[in-house]
Amino acid sequence: MQNTPAATSSAWDAGTAVVSPGRQLVGRVLIAVTTVVLLGAVLVEILDGLGLVSFGFASWRPLAYLYVIWSIALAVGLVLARGERGHRALFVLPATLFTLAIVVFPTIFGLYIAFTDWNLSSSAGRQFSGWSNLRQMSGDPYFWQALGNMVFYSASVLVQYVVAFGLALLLNADIRGRKFFRVAFLLPFMLSPVAVSWMIGKSILDSRFGPLASFLKRLGVQNPAFFQDPWIARISIIAMDAWIWIPFMMVLLLAGLQAVPQEVLESARVDGASGWQAFWQIVYPIMLPVSVTAIILRLIFQLKLADIVINVTSGGPGGATDTISSFVFREYQLRSNVGYGTAVAQVYLIVIIIFITILLTLTGRWLRKVT
Amino acid sequence: MTAATATPSPAATGRPPGNGKRVVGKVLVYAALLVWTFIALFPIFWTITTSFKSAVDITQGHIIPWLQFEPSWKGWRSLGLSPDTIGQSSSTRDEFLKRFTNSVVLAIGSALIATVIGSLAAYGLTRFSYKFGPWRNRDISFWFLSQLILPPVALAMPLLVLYKELQLLDTRVGMLLVYTLMVLPIVIWIMRDQFALVPVELEQAAMVDGSTVWGAFFRIVLPIAGPGLVSAFILAVVLCWNEYFFAALLTSTLAKTLPVMVASQTGSQGINWWSMAALSTAAIAPLAIIGIVLERYIVKGLTAGAVK
Repeated sequence: MQNTPAATSSAWDAGTAVVSPGRQLVGRVLIAVTTVVLLGAVLVEILDGLGLVSFGFASWRPLAYLYVIWSIALAVGLVLARGERGHRALFVLPATLFTLAIVVFPTIFGLYIAFTDWNLSSSAGRQFSGWSNLRQMSGDPYFWQALGNMVFYSASVLVQYVVAFGLALLLNADIRGRKFFRVAFLLPFMLSPVAVSWMIGKSILDSRFGPLASFLKRLGVQNPAFFQDPWIARISIIAMDAWIWIPFMMVLLLAGLQAVPQEVLESARVDGASGWQAFWQIVYPIMLPVSVTAIILRLIFQLKLADIVINVTSGGPGGATDTISSFVFREYQLRSNVGYGTAVAQVYLIVIIIFITILLTLTGRWLRKVT
Repeated sequence: MTAATATPSPAATGRPPGNGKRVVGKVLVYAALLVWTFIALFPIFWTITTSFKSAVDITQGHIIPWLQFEPSWKGWRSLGLSPDTIGQSSSTRDEFLKRFTNSVVLAIGSALIATVIGSLAAYGLTRFSYKFGPWRNRDISFWFLSQLILPPVALAMPLLVLYKELQLLDTRVGMLLVYTLMVLPIVIWIMRDQFALVPVELEQAAMVDGSTVWGAFFRIVLPIAGPGLVSAFILAVVLCWNEYFFAALLTSTLAKTLPVMVASQTGSQGINWWSMAALSTAAIAPLAIIGIVLERYIVKGLTAGAVK
C-alpha cells in the first residue's frame, strides 16, 4: 500500500500560461452561479424534507441532474479561469466528483441513519433514537459472534498465504507446461463466488450425494457433515473462500519471485548454501515487501467476505459462520431493520479503518527496520 | 505429466548420486503441481459434468462421463438451451438471457467508465502536482485508494435509501454507478503504476512541438500504456461480473444480474442439481474463457502496483 512517488517535474509546473482577465471573470461567475443554484436546490429539498416548505421536488432526481450540470460548469469554469492549470485539473476532476457524490454523501447519510430506529416495514418512519442502536449492538450476541468470526477469518489469511507461497514456488521451479499450470491455478479466482457457493458448498460438500462426503464415508467416517458443527462449518467456509482467493496471492508472490535476480540465487549455490538455507536467507528477505502487500490486500478483501456465507449457510448454524456483512444482510432481508443494520455497518467501518491504519503503520515501520 | 518426468530417471541411474536426489525432487514438484491442479479444476469439472447427469447418476455419485454415466442434456433442457429445446420458446431461457444481458451490460459499462475516469485521474496524479486546499497529490491518491477498504455493507444501506429517493433502485444506471465506484480504486491503483513507467521526456518533447496536455496524453501516453489499460479493464470486468452483494440489495426484477439469479435458485427447496449445474456452468463460462485466453493481462493487472 505504499504510494509510488509521483513522477512530477517542476519544469512542467512552471508552464502556466497567462489568462485574460475577461476569461477569468466569466469562468469564476459561471462556477459561482451554478454553485449557488445547486446549494439553493439542496436547501429547498432539506426544508421540504423537514416539512417546513411545501414546494419541493417529487424525488431527488432533479438534484442529481443539477449535480451533473454543476460538475460540467465547474470543469468549463476552471478551464476558462485558470487556462493550463484548469486543463490539468480536468484529469482528476471526473473521478473526484464521482467518488464524492457516491461515497461521501451516503457515508454522512449513513452516520445519520445509524442513530435512528428506522424499520422499513414499520409505518412509523424514522425516528431519532440516539445511542439505542449502539446499546442494542453491545448486547447482541450475534454481532459479537460475527465480529469474532471476522478475527478468525482474517487470521486464516496467514494459512492461505503459506499455501499461496508454496504454489508460487512450485510455479517458479524449472518445470514443463508452466503456462498450463498457471492458467489452471488462476481459474478459481475468475469464478463468481455465488456460483462457487453452489458448485462446492451445496453440491460437492453435500452430505448425501456429494463426492467428498461419499469419499469420507468410504474411509469410514460416519455421517460426514460440513455445515453442522460450528468449527467444521467455519473451516468449510474458509476452504471455499481460500479456493477462490489463493490464486490472487499466488500471482502476486509469483511475480515477486520472478523479480528475484537469478545471479543472487546462483551465487548462493556456489557458496554451497543448501536450497532451504538459500530460501530463508536470500529469497525470503527479498520477498518480504511483496508478501506484506499481498497479505494486506488479501485482508482488505477478506474483511468484505459475504457472498459465500449468505448463499451457503446464511450465517448458520446459529450464527456460527456469520460475517458482519452477512449479518447485516440478514438483518435487512428478514427484518427490514435499516437503522440497526446501518449502525452495525458503520461501527464495522470504523473498526476496519482503525485496524488497517494500525496495520499499515506497524508493517511500514517493521519493513523499514528489516530491510 | 508424471509419465514425462519419470522417463529421464532410468537414464539418470548411471550418473552421480546427486542426480537421484534431483529426480526425486522433480517427481515431488510435479506431484504437488498435479494435486493442486486437481483441487483447482475438479469443482469446475464436477459442475460441468453434473449438468449432463440424470437423477440416478447424481444419487449414485457417478463422476466420470461415458465410463460411469451416459451424458444427457437434462440440465440444459431445463434452461431451454439444449439442442432439442433451443428452437422452442422457454420462459427460463428468457429469464436467463435477461440476467445474462444485464450482467454483460453492467460489467462492460462500469469497467469502461471506471477505466476512462480512473486512468485520467491516475495520469494527472502521476504527472502534475495538485493542491486542493490542504490536499496534495499524496492525499488525493490515498483518498482514492482508501475507497478500496470501504466494505460494501457500509455503503449498501445508505445507498438503498438514497437510490429510493433518486428513483434509481433496480435500474441499470444505478448499478452502473455503484460498480464503477467499486472498481475505480483498483483501476487508479493499476494505472498510476503504468503511467509512472512512461518517460516524461516523451510528453515534454510533444509539448515543445506545440501539443497540448490532452493531445500529448492521447497521442503519446495512451498508446504506450495501452496494455496496462487493457489489464485494468479486464480486471474490472471480472470483479463486476462476479459482484453479488450490491446486486442482491439494490435490484429486484429489472436490473437483476446473473449472480442474483443463481443465488435465488440455490435458496429454493429441493433444487434440481442438473439445472443448477447448467446455470452455474453458464454463469462461470464467460469468465473461465476470459481467464484462459487473457491470463497474461489479468496477471499483469493483479501485479501492477504491488510488485516493484
